[in-house]
Amino acid sequence: MDREKSIKDILSGLIFVVLGGAFGLAATGYEFGTALRMGPGYFPIVLAVVLVGLGGAILFKGLFASVEDRDLGIVSWRAVALVSGAVIFFGATVRGLGLAPALFVTAFVTSLASIENSVLRAGIIAAALTVFCVLIFSVGLGVAVPLVGPWLAG
Amino acid sequence: MELLANLGLGFETAMTPINLLWCFVGVLLGTLIGVLPGIGPTATIAMLLPITFTFEPVTALIMLSGIYYGAQYGGSTTAILINLPGESSSAVTAIDGYQMARKGMAGAALATAALGSFFAGSVATLILAVAAPPLARAALGFGAPEYFSLIVLGLIASIALAHGSIVKALAMIVLGLLLGMVGQDIYTGTPRFTFGYMELYGGINFVAVAVGVFGVAEILRNLENETTRDVMVKKVSSLWLTRAQFRAIIAPVLRGTALGSILGILPGGGHVLSSFASYSIEKRVSRHPEEFGKGAIAGVAGPESANNAAAQTSFIPLLTLGIPAHPVMALMIGAFIIQGITPGPNVIRDEPALFWGIIVSMWVGNLLLVILNLPLIGLWVRLLSVPYRVLFPAIVAFACIGSFAIGQNAFDVFAIAVFGLLGYTLIKLGCEPAPLLLGFVLGPLLEEHLRRAMIISRGDPMVFLERPISATLLALAALAVIVAVLPSVRRKRDQVFVEEE
Repeated sequence: MDREKSIKDILSGLIFVVLGGAFGLAATGYEFGTALRMGPGYFPIVLAVVLVGLGGAILFKGLFASVEDRDLGIVSWRAVALVSGAVIFFGATVRGLGLAPALFVTAFVTSLASIENSVLRAGIIAAALTVFCVLIFSVGLGVAVPLVGPWLAG
Repeated sequence: MELLANLGLGFETAMTPINLLWCFVGVLLGTLIGVLPGIGPTATIAMLLPITFTFEPVTALIMLSGIYYGAQYGGSTTAILINLPGESSSAVTAIDGYQMARKGMAGAALATAALGSFFAGSVATLILAVAAPPLARAALGFGAPEYFSLIVLGLIASIALAHGSIVKALAMIVLGLLLGMVGQDIYTGTPRFTFGYMELYGGINFVAVAVGVFGVAEILRNLENETTRDVMVKKVSSLWLTRAQFRAIIAPVLRGTALGSILGILPGGGHVLSSFASYSIEKRVSRHPEEFGKGAIAGVAGPESANNAAAQTSFIPLLTLGIPAHPVMALMIGAFIIQGITPGPNVIRDEPALFWGIIVSMWVGNLLLVILNLPLIGLWVRLLSVPYRVLFPAIVAFACIGSFAIGQNAFDVFAIAVFGLLGYTLIKLGCEPAPLLLGFVLGPLLEEHLRRAMIISRGDPMVFLERPISATLLALAALAVIVAVLPSVRRKRDQVFVEEE
């Protein structure tokens, strides 16, 4: 059989190695302690070493073993950018703009992540969702977030 | 007779108007969510968790449990009507249930699912009531080494059911454990991995992790190729069974209930396993195995009973040991902790009204499900035609508000985005998210018990092997790994999941 590299295994292996390495490196700054009295660094370092080992094994397998599913498939870049952007926008502005405006923008941008939603449709969905959520969270459940924030009130 | 007195206390608690109301709301919401494909109970419970903060602990937990088994039920409705399981455990129901619907027997299939689930739920709840007190008593004798080994077993068992690579699943657990380490160290107070952010001192918000990994990541995946789905059956008629059909489901329901009750206790998604196992058993014992896949009523009755029974008994490890069997139960632990109750063997003694109230409410909730769902089926069918493009912005909006409302903290909202992206990347690379969440929730517990055990044993790691219960649990964990990597089991496992897709 033809030896094909598995991009999935290589990438996920790398991610685990990098994350494990980062955690391990950060954990060396904490007191290690002894087996009897483990310091705050003991368990994280052990785990980080294990994670690097597992990641290395996956990486190795990706480089040298043959596998069938090599394709990543489609990646929805548009959705990735719009949805995560919308969530970050909400976090950054909910205090300043208040619940209603922040939510409207977030819902509007999120809706655009679907290629089936036109700008008009996204606007309608966002408006309906904003009214719905304000009714549920602010009126119904009394979540204490001002509807219109200080940025707009002044 | 102690059992009767306990159940009496439970009824008293569960039947108060306020608890009954929220049980009803939970079951209704759960069914609603279960019916809509694309949102699972994990994301739903994570989103709704903040809402329950203001409730009494009993009420909050009754409602959250209602969402969980409501969603199980709703998932089967979707599986039967549009061949799209809302839940991994109802994937099996879709095989024969959808075929029955195509033959115009949707009503019979739905009624079978409802009756089977109700029977299984009632029996499993009773098992929970009988088995929990002695188990909790036994667990009171557990020391730190036993807890450590038990958590290891739980984590390892959870990978036996993950898709694909076992090494990847192990890596996901370890990554989850490491993420669980973020925050102040319990013994020394040293802040770990906080990078100076005060917001991280209490650890990463687990609602944000759950919503990100199970909600946002799932949305991104669904948006890869958008397809409009068809509701085959616009109108469901004759929601009842003929005498012959009724007789045909008795045996499968009984077998499914027994199987599900046992497998549900296992950590790591016993409910998925039980519905697959039940399906293959029914196929094997059937006199007409050729009907399976073409609309065999036993192929709906068995798995449906099994997964509902398992949904109830998966509360056993949670309520008696404080160990979650799967991600939804991990969220329930979070709900307990938020309410100021540490889940574990003490709950039954310290909070008897809470404990028995939850158990009785499960039975009440299952009854509500049957009463509710058969007449409301028309509504659910109409709900199925809500397009996904309207649905997912609502999920994102709810996730944002929900996690912000917990601590009025923008940091938690950013965490959703981070974990959404991480989850999506890892899912794309063939790593399942469930082990990560389990590791994340259990990480601090695992570390605490490890450190305590080492202090007790004066630094001797042999303590885990010298204590019989601990050694047995670790042996089981080792066995689980060996069994999972055995070539023959691997092939079977792959087969099972191929059928699912």
